[in-house]
Amino acid sequence: MDVTLPVPAAAPARPGRLPAGLPIAGLFLALVAVAAVAPGLLTHTDPLAADPMAALQAPSAAHWFGTDQLGRDVFTRTVYGARYSLFIGLTATLLSVLAGGVLGLLAGLAPRAVDEAISRALDVLSSFPEVLLALLFIAFTEPGTPSLILAIALAFAPRYGRIVRAQTLLVRRAGYVEQAVTFGLSRTRLAWRHIVPNVLGPLPILATIGLGTAIVNASALSFLGMGPQPPSPEWGAMLSESRNYLRVAWWSAILPGATLTVTVIALTAVGRRLQARFEGRR
Amino acid sequence: MAPLLSVQDLHVTFPGPVHAVRGVSFDIEPGECVALVGESGSGKSVTARTLVGLAGPAAQVRAARLTLDGRDTLGFGERDWRRLRGRVAGLVLQDALVSLDPLNTVGAEVGEVLRAHGIGRPADRPVRVAELLSAVHVPDPEERARQYPHQLSGGLRQRALIASAIAADPPLLIADEPTTALDVTVQAQLLDLLAERRAAGSTVLLVSHDLAVVSRIADRVLVMRAGEIVEQGPTAQVLAAPAHPYTRLLLAAVPTAESRGRRLSVTEPEPLPPRNVEPDRIVLSATGLHKWYRTRHAVDDVSFTLARGETLGVVGESGSGKTTVARIALGLVEPSAGTIRLGSGSGQVDWTGVPERRRRPHRRRLQVIAQDPLSSFDPRYTVERLVGEPLLERGRARRDRVVELLERVGLGAEHLSRHPRALSGGQRQRVAIARAIGPRPDVLVCDEPVSALDVSIQAQVLDLLADLQAADGTALLFISHDLGVIHHVADRVLVMHDGRVVEQGPVTDVFTAPSHEYTKSLLAAVPTLDSVSNGT
Repeated sequence: MDVTLPVPAAAPARPGRLPAGLPIAGLFLALVAVAAVAPGLLTHTDPLAADPMAALQAPSAAHWFGTDQLGRDVFTRTVYGARYSLFIGLTATLLSVLAGGVLGLLAGLAPRAVDEAISRALDVLSSFPEVLLALLFIAFTEPGTPSLILAIALAFAPRYGRIVRAQTLLVRRAGYVEQAVTFGLSRTRLAWRHIVPNVLGPLPILATIGLGTAIVNASALSFLGMGPQPPSPEWGAMLSESRNYLRVAWWSAILPGATLTVTVIALTAVGRRLQARFEGRR
Repeated sequence: MAPLLSVQDLHVTFPGPVHAVRGVSFDIEPGECVALVGESGSGKSVTARTLVGLAGPAAQVRAARLTLDGRDTLGFGERDWRRLRGRVAGLVLQDALVSLDPLNTVGAEVGEVLRAHGIGRPADRPVRVAELLSAVHVPDPEERARQYPHQLSGGLRQRALIASAIAADPPLLIADEPTTALDVTVQAQLLDLLAERRAAGSTVLLVSHDLAVVSRIADRVLVMRAGEIVEQGPTAQVLAAPAHPYTRLLLAAVPTAESRGRRLSVTEPEPLPPRNVEPDRIVLSATGLHKWYRTRHAVDDVSFTLARGETLGVVGESGSGKTTVARIALGLVEPSAGTIRLGSGSGQVDWTGVPERRRRPHRRRLQVIAQDPLSSFDPRYTVERLVGEPLLERGRARRDRVVELLERVGLGAEHLSRHPRALSGGQRQRVAIARAIGPRPDVLVCDEPVSALDVSIQAQVLDLLADLQAADGTALLFISHDLGVIHHVADRVLVMHDGRVVEQGPVTDVFTAPSHEYTKSLLAAVPTLDSVSNGT
């Protein structure tokens, strides 16, 4: 994921046509959201109901995504899995934005020594590949949803921290901050009124783009058995369970995997669009 | 003789639709110097660019006739234009740093024109490049040809750009605001250079917003407004006896020695309200200010006082330290040595050398109007929040006060909920002024407050400042590179050069009988309108 900070564009972006894919991406995300909030609306089967007699059936009208090795409906499991993936992705991203935001603001506003300490710590963390960092974290804790969330949050926090710090340094030197000094504002009010809002403004959009990456990483770790434990229908865990049957029942791995891929693509597309809108507006 | 350039009923439209040029017609005879004058949005640059096929892919160009050097350029394709550009018409743009390729040496850039048109043998080109650079008075041309644009000063860059424009010896030279970003002494040298090219037989089309600049070298002036030519004629005649009201407005708007005490934004002479300067009531006194940045001595022993109702002008070229003085006065930069005190007598307070906590209660006594108001506005704020921020009133009272302040600067309550980005440059500066006078300051620090504005808008803003100052008795510390503006507004002036005050005194004394060499050279470099009307 390459994240560039939304900078005020020189000229307002042309109002141009919406890319054709965007409504589709939005629609798909809405479906995923419904699946996460109320999976019962999309399917009436139990995601955990095994039926060994109906194991490894190909996709059909009765089982849209086919069935897995235990005869569970893959479509139902995929629908229920959205909750895990979205929940883990959202909380982890939220936590990492929060931690990164606080650290970045601190580094950007505090005296130099504090900035140095925070920045170097973030540098050290960023020098590890994100998945490795998350793996290390889980290795010292117990596999499961909470530690997976914390691990992802820890892995992504440095990225947001560095972005926020750079943005803070920029905003601190902005003309309007200097102007506010001449009104006699105290340092705290200056920070709260002018610096923090202008630094944090672009963050939600960056987080939308980052959410996709967080979900992919969460699934990757689940695939390795570091997340929700079977029989939970988490997408990564589903891939892991069905990978041994890939040659006889491709659907039970490929279709949840495709859902994951499309979700991430849709999230990124919408995030990029928001980012472009934001830049255009500024 | 046939005209070198002939334009008949030229229309240029951009999608929107924006009708940028509406039926412009003119001819340029060989050897003439014609100036296209107008404010931003008048269509002057679009016209000039269209003449060499650079109006851009979105532009729709229509004309009854468009000929350049006997060629009909209507319906020219990009390939045809490329053969013409540089060879028949050389183009010099405003910003040489943007116009020169940062990855090319200056020599390569100039030589490129020769190569593109297959002029001379490749082996001879470095020699020719050096000749061209010395023809535009670049010192050490061989050395400079090996350097990159960023290693050259603004003036030298602009010269290099002219060298590349004349490399293929085109009969026509088009210069679009060639001196706008430059210091006045450098500007004078470049105007001399253009005049020299003319004397050598080149035809020059000069595009500028500055009547004084064009009056220095142009034979004929075309005044543009909203895409049309409203007036044209010999320079001396247009300047001495302007026929169109817009030209009269433009001429009246130029601040000069003669315009002191008179309104700039009206054509009929009208006096400004009298100002009451109280020399005994000192509001700010600076003593022996110094500022070092590492080894650079940015401000070197600057002292001044500012009395209630007085305007102190600070004039100097870029790098003279005038902005640093303003920032020290505002308490944004701590001086390396020296002190500033606010007020006089027993009420005097230390403004420098004290912690920010002690400065804060007095901050409201000094407010600032910056050159670029937009960057001084929090991008999330509406006009109401911007103007209201420094006020002490709360709730309804605050809104009433904001409306009152906006009215004082000539804006209505309908602007309250607007975002500054939706305002024009002049309106933005009015908002900045409304915000600055909100806390009823003793001193307004104006750092180039009108430099980014068109001359007619500049006139309105200067008149507004004069009205407010007369009513409130505010002292102004007015910083500008523009000697005309300073001469118009200031009571006393500090002339700064390399961080030092080289001369100071009442503005009329300093500007009519300068004693320091630098002041003399500055004054000599300023293009004035009367140089034409006096026939010099």
